[in-house]
Amino acid sequence: MIPRYQLVLLSLLLAASVAMSAVLWHLRDRAHQRLLAGEVSTPTQAPQVAPVEQATLLVANDEDGSLQARVLSLPLPPSSGERARAVLGKLMDLYAAQDSSHPVPGGAAAIAQVFLLPEGQTPKSSAPHGTAKDQQNAAQLAVVNLTSAFAASHPSGIQAESLTLLSICATLHANLPQVTEVRFLVDGQPRETLAGHADLTRTYLAADLSSVGTTVPAGSVQ
Amino acid sequence: MGPAPQRGTQSGLRHGCPMLTTVAPSLGWEGTTPFKRTFMRLLQIVAIIAILPIFATAQQAPPAPAPRFVVVLDAAHGGDDAGGTISTQSGQSGPEKAYTLALSVRLRSLLAARGISVVTTREADTALDAQHRAEIANHAQAQACLSLHASASGSGIHLFLSSLPPAQATRFMPWKTAQAAYIDRSVALAGVLNSALAHAGMKVSLERTAIVSIDSMTCPAIAIEVAPESKPGGDTIGLGDPGYQAKVATAIAAGILQWRAEPRLP
Repeated sequence: MIPRYQLVLLSLLLAASVAMSAVLWHLRDRAHQRLLAGEVSTPTQAPQVAPVEQATLLVANDEDGSLQARVLSLPLPPSSGERARAVLGKLMDLYAAQDSSHPVPGGAAAIAQVFLLPEGQTPKSSAPHGTAKDQQNAAQLAVVNLTSAFAASHPSGIQAESLTLLSICATLHANLPQVTEVRFLVDGQPRETLAGHADLTRTYLAADLSSVGTTVPAGSVQ
Repeated sequence: MGPAPQRGTQSGLRHGCPMLTTVAPSLGWEGTTPFKRTFMRLLQIVAIIAILPIFATAQQAPPAPAPRFVVVLDAAHGGDDAGGTISTQSGQSGPEKAYTLALSVRLRSLLAARGISVVTTREADTALDAQHRAEIANHAQAQACLSLHASASGSGIHLFLSSLPPAQATRFMPWKTAQAAYIDRSVALAGVLNSALAHAGMKVSLERTAIVSIDSMTCPAIAIEVAPESKPGGDTIGLGDPGYQAKVATAIAAGILQWRAEPRLP
């Protein structure tokens, strides 16, 4: 036989549990309503990191060994180094596409960094001279740091490797005219060749149009 | 008049070797027996006859050496350096080093059969770095240096010249830019090869690029990259096709023969 006072106490505890459950349910609903009230239901706009500008890419073509200019609209950062990396990243994306005229795997991740240095910099010449615009227009050396994964997966061949390097140089010069010389590193280190043929130890002249590959009609070379 | 004819009628032995005749009395031949004297005289004659050809050859002007026409064939890659991967006719893939070696052997036979001296950088699957290849070519003092490559990308034959700017030859050339003094002749060689390959019905492209091995060569140097041949109908002839290999080698050999006939050779 359960004592009377225990029955009363059990009933009170049960009633308190039900009441507390009801209060918690109510508070949960209120919190949910509050969250729903603060949410904006309109579509959000993608974050704009840079204004869209036109960029000229010199795209290689394996069939005739030429570089063809292609103008694209790209979001380009204001900084020259970041702008160079963005342009070259787009160029590598074109090469990694399925219908590429110069198939090279890797994509934009192939370009690790691009550094822009004053050309022929010496302790004396590094002192600031002239206006800021003059310094911006001064000839620059671009150091393109490629990834080792890109070099390892690059198709081997004189023409294939040369076209990749020349298209990088020509694209840099087309979008950053102050870049007149280009050097290449792989994972931050000098490397003999890209994939067994093209020399990576030399400095490439970006403005040297004579080194851009063109198909020569038979017998026209003397 | 008297003494002169006597001198003239004296045997050429006195003129040929007067020292022996003047020395002979001091040897005491007069006191010896006639037999011994005759024997010594015969010995003298034999010695002079043996010496005469030396005088005769020394008095002749040395003939001008015939210009030696040497071609260096550099089969790219080898050993651990397999180069690129190219597809063969059977649909399988093979290393570039094997194809370049096969082309070098075939081309060497064609050139040697036409009387051209050929120096090859490698005859087997051995590893050679670019510096060693250039050393072999420079020691050969060749009139043409061909670096043979193959690639699965592109089509036709790709001829590559060094992209170094032309420079005057000096006594001591920088190793990395030694080819700069030979750029003009390399351009001429490329033109001859371009014509020969085009005459054989092949698609040819001529470009300039930076390749370590030919940049250090002191000879007219060209890098030849053989790629699959594209036909107008869309068909492609692979690098493993024996007929295509023979066609390429024959056209290059014809170009070298034409280059040998060029009047501006040294």
